[in-house]
Amino acid sequence: MFQDGCDGSMPGVKDKVAIIGMGCTRFTEHWDKSVNDLIVEACYEAFEDANIEPKDIQAAWFSTARSGELGRSLAYPLKLKFIPITRVENRCASGHNAFIDACYAVACGAFDIVLVCGAEKLKDTGLPIPGNSDPADLYTSRVDTRFMPVSAFAQLALRYFHRYNIPVDEGRRILSKIAVKNHYNGSLNPKAQFQRKITIEDALNAPIIAWPLGLYDCCGVSDGAAAAIIVRADLAKNYRDDYVLVKGVGMSTGFYQAQVQDDWSLTHIEENFRAANMAYAEAGVKNPRKELDLAVVHDCFTIHELLIYEDFGFSPRGKAKEDVEAGAFELKGELPVNTDGGLKSFGHPIGASGLRMMYEVYKQLQGKAGQRQVNIRNQLGLTHTCGGTPIDSQTAAVAILGLR
Amino acid sequence: MVGVSAYGVHIPIWRLRRELIGGGPGERAVAGKDEDSLTMAVAAALDCVDDVDKSSIDGIFFASTTSPFHEKSVSATIAAVLDARRDVLTADFSGSLRAGTTALKVALDMVKAGSAEKILVTAADCRLAGPGTPFEQFFGDGAAALLVERDAKIADIEFSVHVYDEIYDLWRRDVDLFVNSWEDRYVYTCGYMRVVKEAFSMLMDKTGLNVKDLAKVALSIPELRRGIELARGLGLDPKTQLQDPLMDTVGNTGTAQPLMLFAAALEGAKPGDKILMASYGSGSDAFLFKVKDGLKTPPYGKSKVASKIANKKVLPDYVTYLKWRKLVKMPEPRVDMSVSYPSATAIWRETNRIYPLHGVKCKACGTVQYPPQRVCIKCQSKDNFEEVRLCDKKGTLFSYSFDPVRENTPVGLVNLEGGGRVFLDLTDVEAGELKIDMPVRLTFRRVDLRREDGMYVYFWKATPIRD
Repeated sequence: MFQDGCDGSMPGVKDKVAIIGMGCTRFTEHWDKSVNDLIVEACYEAFEDANIEPKDIQAAWFSTARSGELGRSLAYPLKLKFIPITRVENRCASGHNAFIDACYAVACGAFDIVLVCGAEKLKDTGLPIPGNSDPADLYTSRVDTRFMPVSAFAQLALRYFHRYNIPVDEGRRILSKIAVKNHYNGSLNPKAQFQRKITIEDALNAPIIAWPLGLYDCCGVSDGAAAAIIVRADLAKNYRDDYVLVKGVGMSTGFYQAQVQDDWSLTHIEENFRAANMAYAEAGVKNPRKELDLAVVHDCFTIHELLIYEDFGFSPRGKAKEDVEAGAFELKGELPVNTDGGLKSFGHPIGASGLRMMYEVYKQLQGKAGQRQVNIRNQLGLTHTCGGTPIDSQTAAVAILGLR
Repeated sequence: MVGVSAYGVHIPIWRLRRELIGGGPGERAVAGKDEDSLTMAVAAALDCVDDVDKSSIDGIFFASTTSPFHEKSVSATIAAVLDARRDVLTADFSGSLRAGTTALKVALDMVKAGSAEKILVTAADCRLAGPGTPFEQFFGDGAAALLVERDAKIADIEFSVHVYDEIYDLWRRDVDLFVNSWEDRYVYTCGYMRVVKEAFSMLMDKTGLNVKDLAKVALSIPELRRGIELARGLGLDPKTQLQDPLMDTVGNTGTAQPLMLFAAALEGAKPGDKILMASYGSGSDAFLFKVKDGLKTPPYGKSKVASKIANKKVLPDYVTYLKWRKLVKMPEPRVDMSVSYPSATAIWRETNRIYPLHGVKCKACGTVQYPPQRVCIKCQSKDNFEEVRLCDKKGTLFSYSFDPVRENTPVGLVNLEGGGRVFLDLTDVEAGELKIDMPVRLTFRRVDLRREDGMYVYFWKATPIRD
């Protein structure tokens, strides 16, 4: 499976790093707040949750796609003075990327206690768009096709339906059930952007954005910030008893295979498959559907969540729709997915989303998820983001968190 | 003998019904949103030299009064698209609607003189008339191309004459968007009819031919009524001898019109026929051709003009036309897309992958890939490729979609015959017509840039194969 290097046998970060505090703003249209306000809110919630002072932070990682530049964009609002800060940009995977890099730094003993913060103010900056924000060489001449991510995922959906002989109308109905689920979960979450339940009819009758995807197949565009304080695992008990351990991480980056390789099938996302399996190998997860208590994954568009079920081994290939029909991934289902509403309903401020997902798993594992609380049996939760698009290539990142 | 060996035409798929612009019969051809005289000339050129070894072409000419550039050669762009030899003579002709036939005369005489074996002559126009004026009804957009060769396959040139004329009848100054004109009775009687008749008569006198000897006459015709009046004045039977000027289907395509009508005349001709072609614009060029046997032999016997007239989509309304020609001011795009400007250095560096759409084929594993790579995406061989020309390949639509930020312009992944996948805009098609795996071909178009920075950028798009 790991033909190109990463075979899961390396020491890794399992049980070497712990989260001792987290914070997350509401994700919404924060017309009256700047990105600095959002960073202060998220980080101070994390500081208070960990019961530490900002001056205790030894190093920091700051994740944003567009709402900052350099590490100083984090140092400035918090007045972190002269510590090393890395700004991370890996589009939608930025938050996970920053978190994973911070874990590596702590696991190797370079630092004891660090801050990871992701923030985005999309309502000020607009959306990044493939082929325009990219400095990638492919786009410098400007001759190549420009597109929004939604049309890329729409192409994936059409090809997936085609491959498994799912009539497009039937496919749209399956996808709408994912939107209904995530809106329901969001309705139980005071920090979600959209806290409103919808029906299948609402979803199916909504305006088409990029055929076959409609309005409710698309995630919220929002502002927000989230933060985590992580420490060496052996120090964690000094801060709290219910700290959350990093059990495994995985990351995988594609190479424009979907666009350049003419036999690329466009019916799954290989980067997701690889990243999840790296994390499973490190965490020792053999049967994710049975072993995970919950998963918070990158449902930028409903079709993405559907394919994640298959790439992550929650459902057999081509069979995700049967699990959707059976409600397997609903809040009370076999494996609850996107318990906090997901990108769909919690919103997707790009650089903040990865840490928002960890915030949900962290709170769920601690039993603090309120009405959304799932049954914690194995004390394991998965988070996942994925940047890029399926018709060129992506960076997928997964982190599995657990108690003890 | 020197003459014409191949012809090509491009008639845009779009039509504007004349009843939407103040009456008049039929419809006129309208360049698509992403077409201009450059792209139309490229399309006609490719149509013309489809079966011709491109490296055998010695000259490439472009004629137009509506070149997208006052300064920058379109013929050089056409040469790049064709993968022409580096030592090909390229030249752009302009100044009057006669530019297309003037380019043809230069090509014929160069070949006759022995300085070239084969010259490709292209002409295209996309003229703007004031909204609501009669010219808006008469004009049409289109392009034509002729391949002139020493050993002509389909028509020999027998004679030509050339008349110049100084007159303000129709003109555009360097500051004008629309064509200006004087009173139409003056325009047609003192200009068009007088001057074309002068050239026609001169040719008949010098060749000693009788009007009855002409099988077809392909005349530049600004307006149907005036064309028929002129034909009668020349002693021709408008019903049998006058080539249908395509006014009800295409309109007056400017510099391209005489060449396009000559192509149409060829399609209805038989070997031995004499065809006279005459242009008009600050004078007149008149040519006498004799059709050869080769006209009926494949690949020369294709019916190109009629099929392109039949292949059409009607514009829903006049506003669409105005928007396409940028005759109404639209609001700036609202969604910020952090647009960068096109980079001239990148375009120059990537000339081969942009204009003739070169990809690479791995010498180790045979995988065709686009754009050209240094390291093979399949077998990871380094710098072990041959360049392959992809723009002539047909393909299938692997998947497609559209999004509102691109104003629902369809886009899709195209798998090419013989290998290779390209992600392209789709054009001349509405989203509802698209189907997975439908056959498509490629067409060279202007890129819809959010911000141009003073440049027009061109690239390939995919379009359904309709014929």
